[in-house]
Amino acid sequence: MVQASLDGILLGILFALIAYGMALQWGVMNIINIAQGDLVILGGYIAYTMYLAGIHPAWGVIVSPIIMYFVGWTLYKLVINKVVDRDLFISILATFGIAIVFQQLMNFVFGADVVVAQSEYGTTMLFDNSVTLPNSKIFAAFISVIYAIGLVVYMRRSRLGRAIRATAQNARAAKILGVDTEKVYAATFGINAALCGIAGALISITLTLHPYVGLPYTVRSFMIVIVAGLGNLPAVALSGMGLGLFEEFADYILGTEFRIGAVFMLLVFILVYRRFKLSKKREYLK
Amino acid sequence: MNKLVKLFITSISAITLALVSYTSSFAKVDGEYIVLGSAISLTGKYSSNGVHTQNGYNMAVDRINKMGGVEVQGKKYKFEIIYYDDESNPKRAAQLAERLIKQDGVHYMLGPYSSGLTKAIAPVTEKYKIPMVEANGASRSLFTKGYKYLFAVLSPANQYLEVAIDLAVEKNGGKPVRIAQAFEQDAFSQDVRLGILDAAKRTGSEIIIDDKLPKELNDMAATLAKVKATKPDVLVVSGHTKGALTAIRQISEMKVDVPMLAMTHCDAAKLSKQHGKNSEYALCASQWHKNLSYKDKFFGGGKKYDKDFKKEFGYAPPYQSAESSAALLVFKDAFERANSFDRDAVRDALKDTDMQTFYGNIKFGPGGQNVAKPMILFQVRCKGDTCENKVVAPTKWASDKFYHPIPKWSERS
Repeated sequence: MVQASLDGILLGILFALIAYGMALQWGVMNIINIAQGDLVILGGYIAYTMYLAGIHPAWGVIVSPIIMYFVGWTLYKLVINKVVDRDLFISILATFGIAIVFQQLMNFVFGADVVVAQSEYGTTMLFDNSVTLPNSKIFAAFISVIYAIGLVVYMRRSRLGRAIRATAQNARAAKILGVDTEKVYAATFGINAALCGIAGALISITLTLHPYVGLPYTVRSFMIVIVAGLGNLPAVALSGMGLGLFEEFADYILGTEFRIGAVFMLLVFILVYRRFKLSKKREYLK
Repeated sequence: MNKLVKLFITSISAITLALVSYTSSFAKVDGEYIVLGSAISLTGKYSSNGVHTQNGYNMAVDRINKMGGVEVQGKKYKFEIIYYDDESNPKRAAQLAERLIKQDGVHYMLGPYSSGLTKAIAPVTEKYKIPMVEANGASRSLFTKGYKYLFAVLSPANQYLEVAIDLAVEKNGGKPVRIAQAFEQDAFSQDVRLGILDAAKRTGSEIIIDDKLPKELNDMAATLAKVKATKPDVLVVSGHTKGALTAIRQISEMKVDVPMLAMTHCDAAKLSKQHGKNSEYALCASQWHKNLSYKDKFFGGGKKYDKDFKKEFGYAPPYQSAESSAALLVFKDAFERANSFDRDAVRDALKDTDMQTFYGNIKFGPGGQNVAKPMILFQVRCKGDTCENKVVAPTKWASDKFYHPIPKWSERS
């Protein structure tokens, strides 16, 4: 039980990081990024490439976001800027296309084999070896928290952070007041990709990488954001951990075969519940 | 601009037309060539194993052609293969099989990679009565449908790890064992599971954990937590390369102690290389190993095949390549015995196949599966930091003794 809870929480923190990136660009640009998971995997492959070159993959948490920022920025300039103020459906289609292109490119460059990077961090044992915590997972959670805090401070304090928040609240007003929204959008998408890069690097040392496993990460972050709402970091972190816990327990109690199924069931349940709540609210407005 | 686009489209369609008419000028036998067709995964998630398969086919075609080709009615023929990329997609594979048969006039097929794609193609080849020799579809359900034109050179999936259970019982002094198992939810892994169920029933062993892993599997910590709590005698895991890599990573991280760990896809996952010492003592099922003592006149033995393959393609052949090469040897043998290009005559000859290749003995059972070749088990053993796969069963080919039980993590350096 303790084992499952700890595993769930550590994993959940990692999910929360990915979800925070999604919440950020969803809130600012009104884009649901289906390629989110694939950006994560690409970030993971960057760390893996470093590992192959003999560099410790943990450095990936610094290198990968830098490279991914530019990947995100370029992606914005090439594709996203054309769909940013269009219908939500168009952006979903566009990012879905990007996801497929990324999968095939990663398959082409890195091959279809499943790969792992070794951190050699060892394991922490608790309660007389009955609970084991891989240090790599603790490291992953720790790094996620550091980056998340850094990002919150950055959003509050820096000029760009304020510009991003202003654009999220009202893009037109921000534009009138002299914010270069185009630049803000590009930066937001870049930051999102960078967050994915960090998460990917952490996944390369805790789980496995494969060109086609991006989608489950997209679905998880989508769900966390739906539960937590946009632009609310503590809620994102909490719902991330909640999801991690839920997954581990579903796995432990119902069996592994129901793990992903349980996540989807929860998604359906939450969507229905939210709709129900919203319709109640609407009655007051009548 | 518009004109340019039009010109572009016209030229593309002209080229396509030219290509189509070129390829359809092939037939089952074109001049001195016997044309075989294959849909193969060159892109998509099976692309690495798809390429291993293609390399195996190509290697055998070259070798057979160089050594005199196929003799039918006193005339020498050479093999030639038309390939299409099925993008690792079953629907696409079935379409391409139709296309090979109807447009390209192919009368003999080689299998694709994976059980799933073979399952997609088999109904098509069956419908057109096209003999297909396949080397990479091991799922048991392929051989229970009563297909008459399907022949597989490999052992069916349910045999993969049965031997491991027998071995565990033997090490337990002939007494039944307690088994924990986790299998991915796909045709192949579930067939491996059926094999374990049979073996458990036969030996009176008890299955205490029976988890199914999702296809998006990347975390099996919960299963392993159960294993830690229940302490089984054997842990069996099968979930393609992802399953093998995830299992070893998390078993070593969570310090799960089991006396015996049996898996599939260790060599495809390059387990000993990717996980090094953490993968030591893992027991793996394999269709083939270069140390086996089977022989044929085309490739010599396993070691020679290994050497030649390395020279040609720059890497050691995985069993997927070896079994693919064997498929061509089976076709050659069948054509020569049929002494005809009649599809049904070739099919009958295939049915009566009884031969030895460097890959193993081949004789087809009533469902088309190879019944003459046992699976082998190897164990990952390390010397210093280099780890290697050593054959440990069956005893006839064992190069090393099976190490049992696996030392506890606290005792491992």
